[in-house]
Amino acid sequence: MPLLEVDSLTVEYRARRGNVRAVDNVSFSLKKGEILGVVGESGSGKSTLGLSLIRQIPSPGVVMGGSIRVDGKDVLTLSEEEMRGLRGRKIAFIFQDPMTSLNPVKTIGAHFVELLRTHEPDLSETEALGRAKEILKVLGILPERINDYPHQFSGGMRQRIMIGLAIALTPHLVIADEPTTALDVIVQAKILDLLKSLRDTFGMALILVTHDLSIVLERSDKIIVMYAGQLVEQAERLDMQDKPSHPYTQGLLRSIPNIELADQRLEAIPGNPPDLLNLPEGCRFQQRCPYVMEHCHKETPLIDVGNSHFVRCFLYGG
Amino acid sequence: MLETAISLDAFYMEAKKRLSTIVETHSLTKYFPVQKSFIERVFTRKADYVKAVDDIDFSIKRGEIFTLAGESGCGKTTTGKLILKLLEPTAGKILFNGTDITGLKGEELRLLRRKIQIIFQDPYASLNPRMKIGDAVGHPLEIHRLATEDEKKKRVLEILTKVGLTPPEQFINLYPHQLSGGQRQRVAMARSMILEPEFVVADEPVSMIDVSLRTTIIDLMLELRKELGLTYLFITHDLAVAKYISDRIALMYLGKIIEMSSKEEFFSTPLHPYAQALLSAVPVPSVERKRKPIELRGEVPSAITIPSGCRFHPRCIYMTEKCVQEVPHLFERKKEHWTACHYEIDFQRGERLYEIDYGKQP
Repeated sequence: MPLLEVDSLTVEYRARRGNVRAVDNVSFSLKKGEILGVVGESGSGKSTLGLSLIRQIPSPGVVMGGSIRVDGKDVLTLSEEEMRGLRGRKIAFIFQDPMTSLNPVKTIGAHFVELLRTHEPDLSETEALGRAKEILKVLGILPERINDYPHQFSGGMRQRIMIGLAIALTPHLVIADEPTTALDVIVQAKILDLLKSLRDTFGMALILVTHDLSIVLERSDKIIVMYAGQLVEQAERLDMQDKPSHPYTQGLLRSIPNIELADQRLEAIPGNPPDLLNLPEGCRFQQRCPYVMEHCHKETPLIDVGNSHFVRCFLYGG
Repeated sequence: MLETAISLDAFYMEAKKRLSTIVETHSLTKYFPVQKSFIERVFTRKADYVKAVDDIDFSIKRGEIFTLAGESGCGKTTTGKLILKLLEPTAGKILFNGTDITGLKGEELRLLRRKIQIIFQDPYASLNPRMKIGDAVGHPLEIHRLATEDEKKKRVLEILTKVGLTPPEQFINLYPHQLSGGQRQRVAMARSMILEPEFVVADEPVSMIDVSLRTTIIDLMLELRKELGLTYLFITHDLAVAKYISDRIALMYLGKIIEMSSKEEFFSTPLHPYAQALLSAVPVPSVERKRKPIELRGEVPSAITIPSGCRFHPRCIYMTEKCVQEVPHLFERKKEHWTACHYEIDFQRGERLYEIDYGKQP
């Protein structure tokens, strides 16, 4: 049984000007210890997808249909009490901005103690602090700094602490939403290395939500590409690199500069992403697609091209 | 007779050099005083400064794209603002077309601003939400009193076409919120270009823009350079973008330029350990890449307490006692390739080879 199974998940934001379907009929699954990269631009629904897995979609977002199963249990039908037990222990979330996610008037130690004792009430404060120091060591932070406050740490260190809090209860699944976007490249590379090594040590699965296709190609086992709320392509990372199939994925790969190539010619994707309040019928990429056909204006089938590679495009059958 | 010939030659050489250089900085420096509480002021006599830009020299050739790269806090944006005269330097000089513009004020500064323009990072913040696109783009012409109402309208339509907002009649009556991020950045570019500047500072012009639209903005910058004969100072943290767009690159670290060369040299044979580490950390859209481990310790220290000697030494795995004691100056190690490091290093083998002889010419 896979660790996580998302089936036909649909999430809508209900606004006065109309409903925005941020996540439209998305299905995928994740095995224990796997790293899944979710890429997309702003408005693609990648963050909403991540948040819906821990049932934290901001208002006015509503799950309209589908299911999310973690270890076989449907997250969407759990009570608030049961959900709290699941968060932290089974699923943990790492946010983009470590400064706003840490409490500025609490020491780092206090953050860990609160977290650990909420989930394990029998733990003494000393024991909890001991555990916290062990975690800091894994993160490459001096355990003596346990009594420091968030503002005394650099951006990269704060993100390490956030990661530490996320893995403190050794969850089975960690979701990281743009965990390194606010950080410089060197720190970014080190944080991503850390996440990978934690996966190797603790065997947790990881969902890496990002706008940066380079990061997911380098770091994940399989990749989902989102566009305007839909999953447009899913593949193992080698397949995604060698056989990118959706015209959008192909366009993205041709438009990313690569520092290892000499004299690269970049090709831009023409046009703009669609207005989510006013989506075209059929394929959402149709206005920008060089291969657009008659039936693209009506529907978009998700086609299995083999080797767990799925493409939402008529070019591959349907 | 011979003497005059030589001096005339030298004169022409000098004139040619002048013509080919558009912007020059000499020992450009900017310190910001650190705000302190009353108590702190009573007990500490010395004022603290953030040394945002610390004694930097470079020159930008006419028609080229010169990139200032570096991580956040390295001083690249402050340098851009100094050149634009949006900030007063603490020390040093800025030359524009050979004239010292450091102390320029009033009318002269206003005239200069026609020739030097900026494109900001955030097109959501740089456009007035209550101004229609047509008015925003035409506004510089009004400020500089350069066109009548009719001429203005004509030039606005022309420039909107040039930046790819077509048909322009459709855009002039829209407000910024009706446009996408990429379109807004085009509006911002149109507004900078309408005065037909010679020199444009582009400060992270694509970092707020969606990936699929970035390339179109970069291509537009390149097109406009060709068409309008522009020179750019491009400021970025993204080395992959820098590699695509630049002719030459200067890498900054804690307020100093530590490496400066042609783009080709910079990416193929970086000489400074920091440049080397930074390049190995850039993500690449490819699976096979064997990532070299990042050979560097810790994170960037505060620009208030800058380390002694080489400011990179606490993070450098090749550092010696000399690096703690002596500041390495930017030195032309190879032809047109400057770096600020005391040592020649073999990065493949991870070895420090020998000390640099500063007396030697490249």
